[in-house]
Amino acid sequence: MTEKDIIDTILTKHGREGTRLLQILREVQEALGWLSPPAITAIARGIGWPRAKVEATAAFYSFFHLRPRGKYCLLWSDNIIDRMQGSRELMHRLCEKLWLEPGRLSEDGLVFVHTTSDIGMGDQGPALLINYRVATAMTPERVDAMAELIRAQTPLAEWPAEWFAVADNVRKAGPLLSSFTPGSALRAALARGAEAQLAEIGASRLRGRGGAGFPTQRKWQACREAPLKEGQTRIVICNADEGEPGTFKDRLLLTRYADLVFEGMTIAAYVLGARKGFLYLRGEYRYLLEALDAKLDERRRAGLLGHAILGVADFDFDIEIHLGAGAYVCGEESALIESLEGKPGRPRVRPPFPVTHGYLEQPTIVNNVETFACVTRIAEHGAEWFARLGTPQSTGTKLFSVSGDVVRPGIYEYPFGTTVAEVLEAAGVAQCVQGVQVSGASGTTLTGDELSRRLCFEDVPTAGALMVFDCRRDMFEAARNFAHFFAHESCGFCTPCRVGTQVVARLMDKLAAGHGSQYDIQELSKLSRLMKNASHCGLGQTACNPIVDTLAKFRPAYERRLMTLDFVPAFDLDAELSQARQMTRRDDEAAHLFTAQG
Amino acid sequence: MSEKTTFWLDGAEIPFTAGQTLLEAARRAGHYIPHLCWHPDYKPHGSCKLCTVKVDGRFVSACTTLAQAGAHVENRTAELDDMRRTLLQLLFVEGNHFCPSCEKSGQCLLQATAYELGMMSPHFDHFFPNRPVDASHPEVMLDFNRCILCSLCEQAAKRDGKFTFVMGGRGMRGRRVILNSESGRLADTDFSSTDHAAHVCPVGVILKKRVGFAVPYGQRRYDQAPVSLLDVAEAIK
Amino acid sequence: MNAPAKLRIATASLAGCFGCHMSFLDIDERLLELIDLVEFDRTPLTDIKTCHPCDLGLIEGGVCNAENVHVLRTFRQNCKTLVAIGACAVNGGLPAQRNHLDLRDILETIYETEGGLARGTHIPNDPELPLPLNRVHPIHEIVKVDYFLPGCPPSADAIWKFLTDLIAGRTPTLGHGLLRYD
Repeated sequence: MTEKDIIDTILTKHGREGTRLLQILREVQEALGWLSPPAITAIARGIGWPRAKVEATAAFYSFFHLRPRGKYCLLWSDNIIDRMQGSRELMHRLCEKLWLEPGRLSEDGLVFVHTTSDIGMGDQGPALLINYRVATAMTPERVDAMAELIRAQTPLAEWPAEWFAVADNVRKAGPLLSSFTPGSALRAALARGAEAQLAEIGASRLRGRGGAGFPTQRKWQACREAPLKEGQTRIVICNADEGEPGTFKDRLLLTRYADLVFEGMTIAAYVLGARKGFLYLRGEYRYLLEALDAKLDERRRAGLLGHAILGVADFDFDIEIHLGAGAYVCGEESALIESLEGKPGRPRVRPPFPVTHGYLEQPTIVNNVETFACVTRIAEHGAEWFARLGTPQSTGTKLFSVSGDVVRPGIYEYPFGTTVAEVLEAAGVAQCVQGVQVSGASGTTLTGDELSRRLCFEDVPTAGALMVFDCRRDMFEAARNFAHFFAHESCGFCTPCRVGTQVVARLMDKLAAGHGSQYDIQELSKLSRLMKNASHCGLGQTACNPIVDTLAKFRPAYERRLMTLDFVPAFDLDAELSQARQMTRRDDEAAHLFTAQG
Repeated sequence: MSEKTTFWLDGAEIPFTAGQTLLEAARRAGHYIPHLCWHPDYKPHGSCKLCTVKVDGRFVSACTTLAQAGAHVENRTAELDDMRRTLLQLLFVEGNHFCPSCEKSGQCLLQATAYELGMMSPHFDHFFPNRPVDASHPEVMLDFNRCILCSLCEQAAKRDGKFTFVMGGRGMRGRRVILNSESGRLADTDFSSTDHAAHVCPVGVILKKRVGFAVPYGQRRYDQAPVSLLDVAEAIK
Repeated sequence: MNAPAKLRIATASLAGCFGCHMSFLDIDERLLELIDLVEFDRTPLTDIKTCHPCDLGLIEGGVCNAENVHVLRTFRQNCKTLVAIGACAVNGGLPAQRNHLDLRDILETIYETEGGLARGTHIPNDPELPLPLNRVHPIHEIVKVDYFLPGCPPSADAIWKFLTDLIAGRTPTLGHGLLRYD
């Protein structure tokens, strides 16, 4: 088949729909290796979009390549937890074995090695994506063997299967993570009726599990009441773009409890009268796609999806899976909707909100994976049962993704209101705890003295990630890692976030290099305020949280890096003469500059 | 129905009609709110954040926020102008804004706004980007080193039914104006120098070729009056 | 009451064109008023070559080579107040327009591969010559700068307003027409 035929087949499979653009781009890239200019042109013609709009989308997502990326593309997960597990050393070891630099395609065009944002394997790192397949628990031995396989150009299918195994690591299960009979909750909801089911959700006081904690019933109510125009339907979206560093609980739900999630979506469809649903699955979880599609088929065959669900006339609803392509910002609901429409994942100006103007301008709810699982349990066991768990403002149980310096990293289910100390005790902490990053890079940094704080909306709100740092760790390095994460993930739409995240990352590097002074610390505080107040969306508004928190609680970690009382340049002045020295072959005293003043 | 009501802007009472944004209403009433990506002929974009104001203690973009009766809006306060100055400085170090060599100097909204806010230096370390210059078109050249990503060219092209310029890519290193041709060159798009997009750029990215120092110093748009006066004069006119 | 002590001022041009110094001279007869208030230390105007402790240092030009770095550091050590004057000192200006090129390519092109060079021409390597930096920097990227006076060059009126404000103890402000980047 020629390239043109390959592209045409893929276009046809997706009905030449622009809204399927991300899926088309991914499949074309999987088939051809990269997205060449003629490929972009052919795709644009196929879906009837201006070429520039297709390129605009392709250029937005980290996992799409407008330049060749080689036969092997290896992207090491680069969260601070992966680094603590030795990911940098392993990446450099691999590069040395292959004679190449990170971020640069090998000269023979065979292999590309670089980093990527957290891939959701914090409990089993160091992990990486090998041609966008997750590989876990890397060791020097595995890396050495990997280099051999690459050099021999062994096809990925022949690589050791155990490298690609993803463990569940459920350490403590509760009522959410328990057995479930598909259809049972939906039947209960149908027996109640749509309005009563919505009231049941309200009575359960369920709040969104994605972090913000918005009352689910209020969101659904607003969507239910939004007027529909001719030809429109309401839309149910499950946000499985689990991109917050340190979070991996949705991975488990989608691997072992997909029925809970899909059934929750179907109950939402019943309550709202929605006919269409989407699961927006982060590109890093590509390996789950086939199993999830199979699960949807199974549910269709069981009459739990499709036409006249469970025999109820007019109850038509189906779910489509959309894969993301490496963009943290798509976890923001309006950016996610843009992405579903085939566009760059840029957060919309709000209002209007998705509940009235969401996917293709239709009333839309976007809920977290875990929220839908909770909905299913509420339908199954009733609001009263659910509300008895947790605290008055934070009902139910919560899944916690625990990683870092603990003996048993993995998933823990506890009622809301549990203290950090309780979770850590179960996870096993060998050394004294220096800090815990709650709720990911944009969350809250707690010190070892704050472990009695409670995980709930009344105290420390959380989407469920706990990254644990023991006394050996340097909290400045954690904050610096997060600063680079946000600089990489900023969508670039608004000035404060686009440029601010870059300047902040550069200032953190300056401090790390020993070039910082009190002046630079003040700069960080000033930029933090600006970004919090002026940014367009939550990404920019929260990007400096770890810096503000660590500056307040771990200030000595910054101050010990101050080598000078006075302002000094961010760069090594002597290195600034390196090219002239090389070209003139001079090495006399005047051919050097010393960074110390004077 | 266009029922007239009012809100408060830095202590002045501003009338507005339902559906008007804070920026529109303030401008009509003769009050300047700094802005870069906003243009009266196009849908507000809300990306530059220069028009950030404080409404009853909350920071919002004046160009996308609808006026509400009785709201108290802070605009030209020391706190907000300081934020705006920092935003301008971020824009100046992000691109390459070498005013002495730019034909737009004196008529540039970025420059004039920086004058208005008394920006004396770019303050931060420069990024010195190396973005493309496109001289392929016979009449118009593009220097993206001066781009502030306002998206006005994209919107203006759409007005002519074209997609010559489309905002795409991600982050400071990636976000850019993408040209609608496989070669990526302006000459290979359907752009014409009579398009709205040819005249909309607030900075010196889209420039007519063979024009050099056409207006003498002292007579250029913002030599004559500061942007704060010209902007509202235009609105009232 | 005794007349207040005169302010001591030093000036220097780094990677600049001396245009800012020329504009400074354009204050014309106001120069006479100025020398009642200040005395000049190191500056091309006096031809004094070394900088002594001063109240005010005015720097024109960006930092493009090792010597610029030394001069700038000497000024920062000796001047209570340091001012960046003109586009090049403020943001690198024209010399910084080479920053998107690799210095090695520039040197090679200019001294070795460009047409019209005498046979045997090579990149100068005399230890007397200061080595160029990989990139040209505005002065605030190298030392802490207290005030900035942009313009290419700032007009004589802008310089006069700026200096008289500073000398009188006011924070300098430039209104419309005086604050310019070109």
